[in-house]
Formats: sequence, C-alpha cells, structure tokens
Amino acid sequence: MKTLFEKVWDNHVVAREEDETLLYVDRCLIHEGSRHTFDTLQERGLAVAHPDKVFAFSDHYIPTDPRARAGGVANLPDPEIRNMIELLERNTDAYGIARFGWGDARQGILHVAGPELGLSQPGIVLVGADSHTSTHGAFGNLSFGIGSSETTHVVATQTIWQRRPETMRISIDGTPGFGVTAKDIILAVIARIGIGGAIGYAIEYAGSTIARMSMNERMTVCNMSIEAGGRAGMIAPDDTTYEFLAGRAFTPKGAAWDAALAFWRTLPSDPDAKFAKEVALDAGSVVPMVTWGTNPEQALPINGRVPDPDRETDGERRGEYAKALAYMGLQPNMPLGEIAIDRVFIGSCTNARIDDLRAAAAVAKLGRAVVPAWVVPGSVSVKRQAEAEGLDRIFTAAGFEWREAGCSMCTAINGDQLAPGERCASTSNRNFQGRQGPGGRTHLMSPAMAAAAALRGRLVDVRELGGRN
Amino acid sequence: MEPFTTLRGIAVPLDEANLDTNQLCPTRFNKVPKGPRFRDILLHDRRFNADGSEKADYILNQAPYRQAVIAVAGRNFGVGSSRETAVFGLMGFGIRSVIAPNFGDIFYNNSLKNGLLPVRLPGATVEALLRQLLARPGATMTVELEAQAVTGPDGAQHRFEIASLSRKRLLRGLDEIAHTQEYAEALRRFEQEQARAFPWLAS
Repeated sequence: MKTLFEKVWDNHVVAREEDETLLYVDRCLIHEGSRHTFDTLQERGLAVAHPDKVFAFSDHYIPTDPRARAGGVANLPDPEIRNMIELLERNTDAYGIARFGWGDARQGILHVAGPELGLSQPGIVLVGADSHTSTHGAFGNLSFGIGSSETTHVVATQTIWQRRPETMRISIDGTPGFGVTAKDIILAVIARIGIGGAIGYAIEYAGSTIARMSMNERMTVCNMSIEAGGRAGMIAPDDTTYEFLAGRAFTPKGAAWDAALAFWRTLPSDPDAKFAKEVALDAGSVVPMVTWGTNPEQALPINGRVPDPDRETDGERRGEYAKALAYMGLQPNMPLGEIAIDRVFIGSCTNARIDDLRAAAAVAKLGRAVVPAWVVPGSVSVKRQAEAEGLDRIFTAAGFEWREAGCSMCTAINGDQLAPGERCASTSNRNFQGRQGPGGRTHLMSPAMAAAAALRGRLVDVRELGGRN
Repeated sequence: MEPFTTLRGIAVPLDEANLDTNQLCPTRFNKVPKGPRFRDILLHDRRFNADGSEKADYILNQAPYRQAVIAVAGRNFGVGSSRETAVFGLMGFGIRSVIAPNFGDIFYNNSLKNGLLPVRLPGATVEALLRQLLARPGATMTVELEAQAVTGPDGAQHRFEIASLSRKRLLRGLDEIAHTQEYAEALRRFEQEQARAFPWLAS
C-alpha cells in the first residue's frame, strides 16, 4: 500500500547509494535568475544532457510596467537587470533550451505559465530553480525547488541525489464560508503547523475541500508548502486535473493521452496507505486571514488583533513577536482591521491566475482604490483571458493599475518595489523583512482581501463589503 | 569542492530564530556572480545603513566576529528561497559551518553542495552554546565532520547526525557530477525503460 509520493518516487529511482537515491528528473524549469548554473556549465565545459527537458521563463527580472515592456530589452535603463534578461536569452540559445521570454505569448511566471503549457503532469518528477516549484505538485507529481548547484547537476545529468523525505497528509474537509479562499486555507495551515512544521516532509493535501477545488486553487495551496518548510506539496490527480491538462501544448495527444490517463488514474494514495504524520483542518472554521508579522506563520483571522508579546508565555516567541511588531510598526492589541496601508499588490505565483483576478475584480467593482493598487497577471495568457472578460476595465475604472505579466513586487528584483517603511497588502507568499524592498512591510492575504484593502485604505474583512453571493 | 574535515575558530552567536534567505542575502543581490563581493552581501541590510556605512552595533561588525568561521543560530535558519546566494554570502564572509536546531530544506542541501557544513543540534544545546558565546565574545569552537562532533567553548562535546553519503562527499571534497557519471549505465537502462513504459515522457 503506497502513498502518491511513494508511487512517484519509486518510479524514478535510477540508483541507490548509502542513504541517498539518484532520482530521474522529467522536467527542469529555470528563469533569468539561473545565471549561476550557466556560469558553472561554462566554467566546467559541461553539456546539457537533455535540452528538451529544460524550460526557461523570463519572469523575475522582466519589467511589468507596460511602457518599459513596449520599449524592448535594449531600452531597459538598469544595466544589471537588462544583463540578467539578456543572459537568459544567450544561454538558452547556446544550449538549445526552450525559452518563454519577452514578447512571447507563452511568457509568464514559471509556476503559472508552466502549468498552462501542460508541463506539470501527474506522476512526474519536476524540479525548478525556485522554491515555489512546490506549486506544480497540484497536478499529482513530485515537484520541488533546488539551488543553482543542484540545477547544474540536473541539467548535466538529468538526475538528482535525494534523501527520502517523510510523508505528511494534511486533510482539509468542510465547506469554506463566504469570502474564504484557497489562500486563507493555506495561511491557516501554516499558522497552525509553523514555518518549520513540514521540514523533512513531502505533504499530500487531501479531503473533500481539496477535491472540490479548481486547479488554480490547488496550485495556490501547493505553492505555499515551502512556507511551512515542506520539501513538496502534492494533490492526487482526478478529473479536475485531467480536464485542465487536456489539449495543452505539452500534454500527450490521441492514443498517448489514453495511455497516460490510464497510468495517472493509478497514482492516488491507496486507501490504507500510511503517512508518517497526519494533520486535519476544518475549512468551515477558517476566516479570511492576514499576516501581521515577518514570516507566513504570523497570520491571524482578519477579525483578530495584533498579538501582545507580553502575553506570550513562550519566552522565545515573546522576543520574536516584539521584533516583528517593531519592524512592522504595529502596536500590540490593535485590531487588524485598523491597520492602514500605503499600497496593494495583486500578483505572484501564489495568486495571479484567472480565478484570482476574477475574485479581485468582483471586489474592485464595489468601489474605488484609495491607495496605489497594482494588478500583475501571472502570465500573458492570464492577462489576455482577463482582458477578454473585461476584468482589466473593471480594475482601471476602479483606479487599479493593470500591468504586464511577471513576478514583480513579490520578489522585488525587477525594480518593482516598496519604499522603506511602506506598508503593502499583498497576495504574494513571503512577508520576510525587506522581501518587497528594503524596509518594506508586507501583509499577506487573498486577492479578494487585497482588493478590499485597496478600496478602504486599510486591512478590512472582505465579507463586510458584501458583493458576491 | 574544498573538503571539510575539522574546523576550529571563532564562532559568532546569531541569537535569532527564522533568519530567512531574504535576511542572509537580500534578493537584489541574487544577480551578483559568485565571488568576493559576497563578503559584504551576507546579512547586508542588518550590517549596513542605506548610505553603505556599517551599523556598528550589529554583531558581525564587531572586532572578534569579523574572523568568525562558525555561526550558531536559532531555529528555522535559511528558510525561504532556493537562491544559493544565501550560502555564497556565508562562504564569502568566511563561515564554513552553521549550527542550528533546524534548517530550511533547500538551504541545507545548497550548503552541502558548497562545502558549508550545516549542523543540526537539539534546541537546548544550541541555546546553551549561544549563552556561552554571548558571555565570552570571540570564544572558539570546533566542528569535526569525521567524528560528527561539535566542541563548545566550555569543552563539552556534542554529537550530530548527517546523512552518510553527504558526509563522505564533504570529507573528500567529491565532485558530485563526476560521481553521478559513474551511474551512466543505470541511467541508460532507466531511460530505455521509461521510453517503453511512459512513452509520452521520452525525449
């Protein structure tokens, strides 16, 4: 009796030595930040073993300002940023690697555009030069982020050495209430188990709530597995998965599709498979969540208050909370709904898919943004779909700024960033100190909650605004 | 990779939990090629003011710690990004081993690939080491990989666990790609079998 993780793992064992396994890698995703990998390949004169199994995306450094995007790479003012984008172009050309870059209709964040292309298939091992590669596990595969040395090893050998992680099942059942999204559920999970709670584990998300989720929602959940420390996050493939995959550029067609489908249906964990650790969450009890501190476990329901370090019994935690409040410029015990914000960012590999933009637009149409608010689609394809549905016009009519696809202010390395001290309601995945720019302050939340914050200029319970239902 | 056998020298107490990769290397430095610039990139925004001047009160800017070769830190060290620049920063500063109760998974692996030894010790042991180091600035420690032992400033030894193949690679400074290439025949058989059983994945 095997878990989904064990089935995928066992199917990819090339060799074993002592306590490590040499695993075969089916797909490797890279981006402009993968320069150190190419530097090493060149220094050592190494070849890429299977260029057709490596896929490159321009996302981290590409500008999202429509004017900069229209101007072309050569006109980018910052020479270091321009160099990163041009390096990826030169390196992928030199090694014959497919690139979804500037001007390409398939360009986007690797964890948004990759699944759209059908690269993320059930049963495979997929690695990415980015920690949020856990996103792809939503399709029932083993996907995880790796550093540049491991990426070099993967592209040179098509394999990776791994110590086998333990398995953890997080069962989520019940019906989420109005205004509660996949983002709120994963923030509630991380608040419960902590940012180190899944270190050493591959997580499988299961339960009726997960089964009812769309692929976009499942990707949001798996995306933040790394924020709980998990090696990977996975969800059993089902008809929702297969409907999403059918007909995409890199999915099998015809008889090959039928063969693949028959295999994919064998992948879900066997009914009596054992997990090393079990966690359960009632989705019906989850309230829209926001983070108040400087890591993703420091999250609370929006109707709560900023914690008071003096009331913490755990000495270590007391110190951490005090430091977090000092950085965030917050007072103990203040209602979260009274925190005034300076900016809003709707985007990132966590929450820039079409469902996310629909949810944000449904709120945006209820009023007008009173602070600068950006909407950054996760891919060109998401942008075009949103425009076909008129979402861009809803956003711009409500005073939001409609931008081009990329990572933008989630990771703040393309020039999109907060000024020191600025406070941002953000749909991204990390609220670390300085993550959105030196001195910037981040509150993580869902797209609907971020749009609501834009209308009110403060954190607010989206359920107070009414709207849908 | 440079072999790691025994490391003896000044240990810096980074008495803080959750030192994430954004603290170790702010993302704007991810585009820097591996090299000497990383000495000043480690914990940059903790060490330097916006005008580039040093923050005198930050521990790494204090005299004995500029020569630190070991860091002792709180739990969840290196959580966050997969960017290896967090490791380049530590190595660039001269730190070859970090001791903490636990580590971000990707950071841990990245460290092993660069000859930086991450040592997991129980929380209470790390806490005791931090107290000793804070009480005696500039105190030295020893990390021995062969014996899998850390010796604190008080002379007490603490054994640690590390996966055996990773340990062997570090001790000998083995090149991982060359090592993997010894499995060329197993890899060829795997690819043949995959092409037969899962033809939609084959090249």
